[in-house]
Amino acid sequence: MPKDELKELHLVGTRPDRPDGLDKVTGRARYGADISAPGMLWAAVVRSPHAHARILKIDSTKAEALDGVKAVVTRADFPTGLTGEDWNLQENTMAGEVALYDGHAVAAVAATSALIAQEAARLIEVDYEVLPHVTDVDDAIKPDAPAIRPGAADASVPEGMPPNVVRYIEFGHGDVAAGFDDADLVMEKSYKTEATHQGYIEPHACLGQLGEDGRGEMWVCTQGHWFIRRMCTAVLGIEAAQLRVTPSEIGGGFGGKTTIFMEPLSLALSRKAGGRPVKLVMSRSEVLRATGPTASASMDVKIGMKKDGSITAGRAEFRMQGGAFPDAPVDMALYCAFAGYKMPAVEHIGYDVLANRPKCAAYRAPGSPMGAFAVESLVDEMSRDLGLDPIDVRLKNAVVEGDRASYGPKFGSIGLVECLEAAKAHPNLQAPLGPNQGRGVACGYWFNHGGETSVSMAISEDGTAQVSIGTPDIGGLRASIALMTAETLGIPYEDVRVNVVETGALGVNEPTHGSRATFASGLGAVEAARQAIGEMCKRAANEWGIDAEAVEWVDGAAQPAGPNAGKFPPMTIAEIAGKMGSTGGPISGHHESVPEGVGASFGTHVVDVEVDPETGRTTILRYLVVQDAGRAIHPSYVEGQYQGGAAQGIGWALNEEYVYGEDGRLQNPIFLDYRVPVASDLPMIDTVIVEVPNPGHPYGVRGVGETGITPPLPAIANAIHAATGARMRHLPMTPAKVLAALKA
Amino acid sequence: MVAVNLWSSLTRFTDGARVVEIEATTVAEVLNGLVTAYPGLAPIIEGGVSVVIDGDVASGRHTPVAPENEVFLMQRLKGG
Amino acid sequence: MSKIHVTTTVNGDEVEFLADPRETLLDCLRDKLGMTGSKEGCGTGDCGACSVTLDGTLVCSCLVLGVEADGKQVGTIEGVAEGGVLHPLQKKFIEHAALQCGFCTPGILVAAKALLEQNPNPTETEVRYWLAGNLCRCTGYDKIVRAVMDAAADLRGEAA
Ligand code: FES
Ligand code: FES
Repeated sequence: MPKDELKELHLVGTRPDRPDGLDKVTGRARYGADISAPGMLWAAVVRSPHAHARILKIDSTKAEALDGVKAVVTRADFPTGLTGEDWNLQENTMAGEVALYDGHAVAAVAATSALIAQEAARLIEVDYEVLPHVTDVDDAIKPDAPAIRPGAADASVPEGMPPNVVRYIEFGHGDVAAGFDDADLVMEKSYKTEATHQGYIEPHACLGQLGEDGRGEMWVCTQGHWFIRRMCTAVLGIEAAQLRVTPSEIGGGFGGKTTIFMEPLSLALSRKAGGRPVKLVMSRSEVLRATGPTASASMDVKIGMKKDGSITAGRAEFRMQGGAFPDAPVDMALYCAFAGYKMPAVEHIGYDVLANRPKCAAYRAPGSPMGAFAVESLVDEMSRDLGLDPIDVRLKNAVVEGDRASYGPKFGSIGLVECLEAAKAHPNLQAPLGPNQGRGVACGYWFNHGGETSVSMAISEDGTAQVSIGTPDIGGLRASIALMTAETLGIPYEDVRVNVVETGALGVNEPTHGSRATFASGLGAVEAARQAIGEMCKRAANEWGIDAEAVEWVDGAAQPAGPNAGKFPPMTIAEIAGKMGSTGGPISGHHESVPEGVGASFGTHVVDVEVDPETGRTTILRYLVVQDAGRAIHPSYVEGQYQGGAAQGIGWALNEEYVYGEDGRLQNPIFLDYRVPVASDLPMIDTVIVEVPNPGHPYGVRGVGETGITPPLPAIANAIHAATGARMRHLPMTPAKVLAALKA
Repeated sequence: MVAVNLWSSLTRFTDGARVVEIEATTVAEVLNGLVTAYPGLAPIIEGGVSVVIDGDVASGRHTPVAPENEVFLMQRLKGG
Repeated sequence: MSKIHVTTTVNGDEVEFLADPRETLLDCLRDKLGMTGSKEGCGTGDCGACSVTLDGTLVCSCLVLGVEADGKQVGTIEGVAEGGVLHPLQKKFIEHAALQCGFCTPGILVAAKALLEQNPNPTETEVRYWLAGNLCRCTGYDKIVRAVMDAAADLRGEAA
């Protein structure tokens, strides 16, 4: 959409109160664990205390003898013969022959109260034969590492690779050796990032009911209820349409709630307990031990640079473990690693490695933060060695529309240069720095995603509108959809109600993931509204006895298009809607698609830190996020995404990590020890919304949710270097590690 | 013919070719054509890939492609 | 285990329930009284999503037993708006977009209200340290802190 057209907007770009705000500030909004049903049972899950162990025997006699216990399920209650990702999901939901990580579910029980269920879970006796385990990625990729799942490697893995390598990828272009020869400075360094958890404050929770007839219902906190439906029905061997899934309000997801973990257990228990509904709520330690974390990574990066800062070649070799299942985002990490740079020659190599850890789930721009940590750290190091300004080096190499991306295709419209320039012009860059203080800069990238989308809209009798969407609202989506719908229809924002509806009410929708919800559901809502406008113009034309083509829609009313069409006063949406029952019936619009034209989003972060030379503790003094939003529909929630992404990245950089003991057990499965940033750790987070409209969206939207978590990892490492001269190449940069580096 | 750019580790299955020519007018024909010409690619393609046409991820198997398009095969793109 | 009869006052209303001595106040509020506004994020006193007041003192209701509430005054998120009129904190949270998923919001509102009752004019640092026991994973706290400061100004009768 041309920029001058965007100026005419009345609602898009404003900041009205979100429609679900009242429910959420009064405690009325209902999340995963907030609902109960008549006859409801409570479930508890028995989990493996071992990182790797053969399950010899499960004896539930004592548990079943307990008063109030209604059902026990083990893997024997699930269908056999699944393959591929369905098998992975089933195996992760409940271990089969072998428990693959500390926290892997081995049995579940349903009882008349939560306390009885927990008691019964303790009474279930499991005999294990403990097997050798491996949790660290560099250990897991060794040729003599314990083989976790022989035969799990896919066709991409050439013969002769170590036993835990399950996927292998190599890509690139240009003559890398010549590029390095051409450079004035070539540097190669190794980096490591630890696994972190999405850390949503709401633990996974669901209420499931399944009858012997294979029909069921589920209430669940999820980013995508069609995914829940597909995965649960696959794992349980029932028909998809027979399971109706209703999404609760969701207390954060960040990618971690795009898949199943324990949801099928509530259904399996319900089926076994005669169809009584079963509520299953995870504890925080279950969340940390058995859901979502991201991958850990070990990375080698080599870059060649000319004296003027131009990059001549790059090479990245990444190893990632994503738990005992394939799917560590090593491919995405490599795709994003050099994405901000024009690369005359580049080579990427990636290994997806199994380890005895929980199955990794998507986490905000999956893979991108790790790759950025390695590449953006090295670019900073080389810029400084050459005496160049890190922003100028990035500007010199920055990709623009039409450039070939490091991962192959050519870029469409992107706003990296605009972000870098806005960052450069920001007053934070002029703030004076004191002793032990330093400034770091880094960029980040995410593709964004379109995804299967189905949206419905209906006009009510009074001319107000309701929109049904299938993407859960995690951070203000209803407000954005209402703004776009109202803008298109030419009616007040308050006249639109947006409902997130259950699986029975729409076609398949992918989750709120890939930063797609405002882009894709928004596009669907706009198209649906346009369809309804077409119908309303037709109704007005019929009323006036003129051609529908001779009617146009302006400011929420039909009017004759020009003097030749006839002279009629505008007919408002309320007038048309009031008569719709007698002019042809309901007026609605639908849109179904897998939208293309997803606009990718670049961002640039600038951080100032102070490092305490006594303790090694890093304090964030100032933080600036600059990111391309294409077009901010509701700027407050765009800023919120920027700030939240930055805060998660800060946690990843400084504190957060999965710590495994020698025994392969997770050492820090509570929030006291898995420390996410708290209010007193952070300053205000300044934001600049850059708007380079995405031509693929009617209002120019690009997804904004993910990119923001990427730059903090390298930006903070770069700032710590600027403050202290110590180059940190292993996250998190805890006080102990920084202190050791200062002393080195 | 459409020139399809593969990632380099797939050259194991294509007798070393990084760019392969496939007779195709849709994404489905690209994918089927790749499997017919290089059966070793079948499990990779069945495992899920994204077809990127002129920089945009194709929305589905019926998306048209023409010889003038720049076509890349990539790992399936997803998000958090 | 036999249950204990508990009589307590929640947001000014007298209520009764039977509690297993192992059940937390949070469990009792949510599962026995149907007051699901208070959330469980951790159950170990680390996240603050379960914040309530007990005789005016801010506590994590996941660390208090249900039976301990006997004879006490409990204040929850459901009582922050009085007579259907939103508290200035609630209004400012909506206005400043201080919530994304909203799961931390009830606990933060209860905690922030307790802060403003004893310190009507907190500095940014005081707000940040007071709320350090309330985790929010979505917002980075920026808009939360601004909303609390703005609500405080509002309560003091100053135009923000
Ligand atoms: S649930 Fe009580 S502090 Fe987290
Ligand atoms: S708004 Fe989601 S945890 Fe605070």
